[in-house]
Amino acid sequence: MDMKLPVPRAGLIVAIAALMLLAACSSPPEKSAGEGASKAANATSAADVGGLDALVAAAKQEGALNVIALPPDWANYGKMISTFSEKYGIKITSAQPDANSQDEINAAKQLKGTSRAPDVFDVGLNIALANTDLFAPYKVQGWNDIPEALKESGGKWFSDYGGYMSIGYDASKVPAPTGMKDLLKPAYKGKVALNGDPTQAAAAFNGVVAAALGNGGSADDIAPGVQLFADLKKAGNFLPVDPTPATVESGQTPVVIDWDYLNAGQSEKLKGKLDWKVVVPQNAVVGSYYVQAINKDAPHPAAARLWEEFLFTDEGQNIWLGGSARPVRADAMVKAGTIDTAAYAKLPPVPGNPVYLTEAQTNAAKEYLASHWTQAVG
Amino acid sequence: MTAPQPATTAAPGPASSGTGRRRSGRIVPYLAVTPFLLYVTVFLLYPTLIVVAGAFTDDANRPTVTTLRVLTDGVYLRAFARSIELSAVTAAVGAVLGALLAWAVSSGPPDGPLRRGVMAAAGVLAQFGGVTLAFAFIATIGLSGFATVFLRDHLGIDLFTGGVWLFDLPGLMLVYTYFQIPLMVLVFLPALDGLRPQWREAVESLGGSGWEYWRYVAGPVLLPAFLGAALLLFANAFSAYATAAALVSQGSPIVPLKIRGFLTSEVILGQQNLGKALGFGMVVVVAVVMALYALLQRRAARWLR
Amino acid sequence: MTAPAPDTLASTAAPGRRGAPAAPRRRRPGAARWLVLLAFGVFFLLPLFAMLEFSTRQAGGRSFAAWRAIVQDPDLVSAITISLELAALTVVGMLLLVVPVATWVHLRLPHLRRPIEFICLLPLTIPAIVLVVGIAPIYAWVTYLLGDSPLTLAFVYVILVLPYAYRAIDNGLGAIDLRTLAEAARSLGAAWPTVLARVVVPNIRGALVSASFLSVALVLGEFTLASLLNFNNLQVTINLLGKRDAPVSVAVSLAALLLAFVLLLMLSYVGRRRGSSGVTEEG
Repeated sequence: MDMKLPVPRAGLIVAIAALMLLAACSSPPEKSAGEGASKAANATSAADVGGLDALVAAAKQEGALNVIALPPDWANYGKMISTFSEKYGIKITSAQPDANSQDEINAAKQLKGTSRAPDVFDVGLNIALANTDLFAPYKVQGWNDIPEALKESGGKWFSDYGGYMSIGYDASKVPAPTGMKDLLKPAYKGKVALNGDPTQAAAAFNGVVAAALGNGGSADDIAPGVQLFADLKKAGNFLPVDPTPATVESGQTPVVIDWDYLNAGQSEKLKGKLDWKVVVPQNAVVGSYYVQAINKDAPHPAAARLWEEFLFTDEGQNIWLGGSARPVRADAMVKAGTIDTAAYAKLPPVPGNPVYLTEAQTNAAKEYLASHWTQAVG
Repeated sequence: MTAPQPATTAAPGPASSGTGRRRSGRIVPYLAVTPFLLYVTVFLLYPTLIVVAGAFTDDANRPTVTTLRVLTDGVYLRAFARSIELSAVTAAVGAVLGALLAWAVSSGPPDGPLRRGVMAAAGVLAQFGGVTLAFAFIATIGLSGFATVFLRDHLGIDLFTGGVWLFDLPGLMLVYTYFQIPLMVLVFLPALDGLRPQWREAVESLGGSGWEYWRYVAGPVLLPAFLGAALLLFANAFSAYATAAALVSQGSPIVPLKIRGFLTSEVILGQQNLGKALGFGMVVVVAVVMALYALLQRRAARWLR
Repeated sequence: MTAPAPDTLASTAAPGRRGAPAAPRRRRPGAARWLVLLAFGVFFLLPLFAMLEFSTRQAGGRSFAAWRAIVQDPDLVSAITISLELAALTVVGMLLLVVPVATWVHLRLPHLRRPIEFICLLPLTIPAIVLVVGIAPIYAWVTYLLGDSPLTLAFVYVILVLPYAYRAIDNGLGAIDLRTLAEAARSLGAAWPTVLARVVVPNIRGALVSASFLSVALVLGEFTLASLLNFNNLQVTINLLGKRDAPVSVAVSLAALLLAFVLLLMLSYVGRRRGSSGVTEEG
């Protein structure tokens, strides 16, 4: 019936094969940036472009900045963005506010060479450590105020703000918890939510670490943390809902385990509507800092660097403090008297010595989680 | 009359497009098909090849089977099992209920407002997945949903005494049927339309009852179409991602969510190839199902031409 | 004999023997049918009603503030526009791509039917979440060549609608006597493009409308590819909005659904006029 026509078929196969070979070496050519831009793109400090004023001028000429994964109510980023925008007249495009650190890196890789690529990153430490080849080294003017342990010596990444794991709760619906184990009480039935999946989100990961510390574990042993959540699930207290500002406001998630600055931000926002309180659990103080980095292929290199400078000025750091985050230059600012004392006093008290996980401990914890979390909670 | 051409109307079989035709007649059809093939190659086949290739490489881009071997680890097998369970249950429920609804619609006038309305609604709801569907169900039987509150306040029934199942596999099953049933209606209705009223008359005239009609005539005719549609529903549920992504935030119980975890996790890094391996696994499962579906379609088409 | 009406065929076919029992048998499916329709109606309308209820909740009463906010939020308006434009582009792309191929498979390339059917089933076989993993490098090229607009998503959306579109158009072509029409047109001197545009397309209008239906519905509801390729289409924006402002998000979801429903309903009236059998037997 049908005459086999080998020619078109073979042609198809050849075409596919050719495309496959093309695949191996295909990546679109880089769009070459202008001359002035490359000057800023290679600057490792404000001095390289001729001082802060020159940087401001170059940034204003670029006129735009792409940021990513900065929700407006996360450590007061909304105010940070609008203040920067007004001060320098630079339009900021805030993409994907609910993205996480890995999404930021994915976006940078995917949008590389386009004008939508993110200029700056605000990522978790482990993501930064894994992706230093994407960052451009830069030392802000307040560089010396940042503790040694919290920055990369070459300037590729540097901590910006941090906080501790906390329990946020609706004081009118549940009693005040003091430690992580309190959440097992029947008063919390169907109410306890964790901000994300610990195998995917850093905030949730640190929440499990805090649970481990509060349940007899340690920074090396995260199993009691997973066990606590398994117990919460069994008791019916664990709510597998992703807490968002919307769920907190509507009362769907009356208890949220999250960073203290996020919970405190909710308190501020909902003042008058909801009595949202924040407590850092006893003997389960887990701390972590986020880090800033500049995209090596930033479409707006001068604006990116100006943004970093702004974040580390007293004004920028105090804006973060206003969002209940602990800015990294806090100690230096307290000494110099430039800190916003009222906001500083409002930070949730820290009952105990904070624990910061080392890289090795983090890796061990991650492996344990990967193989045990789904069973514990699924 | 027209100049005689080899492939004239009478021939029921496929025309042999070679003998006696002019050269341009041979090339022109291929000219039309080539852009299509190129387009599909670039945007469909090539990405698939990337995924398949990625499943067989490790992090350093060397070919290896270890990535695939990791899949046999208990965690991933369980995820596949749960995905298959979810898809099978929603396919079965969707197929049966959808066939019922299709029957109810097909026994009415073919151009009436009911049929038009149901078809339009089915067309929308079959694609209505993801975020909007998740929100719809959260608004209905979520913690502060309309039905939850209503049942609690007026009938004293608490939907969630056994735990909040909406955001777990049982919840996914309920939510999936919401788009499986319309899809079944869309796919199965043409088959029901193909049932000729003469067959019913013939059964009646031979003294058969309605039950016998369905059991001996309509049933066997519809069976391939029904099973084919059920398989399509299975593949649809198995591949569904957006709804689960919007609803489930803890535990990644099913395979598409695990793939998302590998691609976007900020805790466990560098597992992109594992994600591709899982993707390859998904493609294999769905390919098997679709092959069966295609076979059944061909069987069904025989009767309903 | 009177012209047979559908419901009385059975009784006329068996005049005396089954006359009386046939009548009540006809009525029972009627009642059962309406019961079934009612039950399904409740099941499907309940979540939609709940969405309406949720989006109009206000402290101490009802309010359409969330609905008004739809047109006030610039992100939302731009996302709606983008999605509608994407739907239009996808429909055009799909028609341009599928109609010639389907026609030629019917007319001249029957041996390609199986491979092309297989290819058109592939998008159903390859889940979007898997496709997006492989398509990222392609999109690097696409955005390099064509700029960075979300409208480039149309390329991959055409692939996603292929299974439904090809099936609908294929069925439409199978229902008309394509060979006769094409031969007649060719014998009257029409070139192939004319045959396609002026003979084939008007006769399969119903199928084209149906394929466009499904394409529009799919594009308006697509989330996976847009979100993982970092574009802001309607569903991505709805998801984002849901975290900040749930009532508006639910309101716009419901509005999108209703819009799609109205579109499809309107299109069903347009398509049905000619019916699926385009060629009337006129002796």
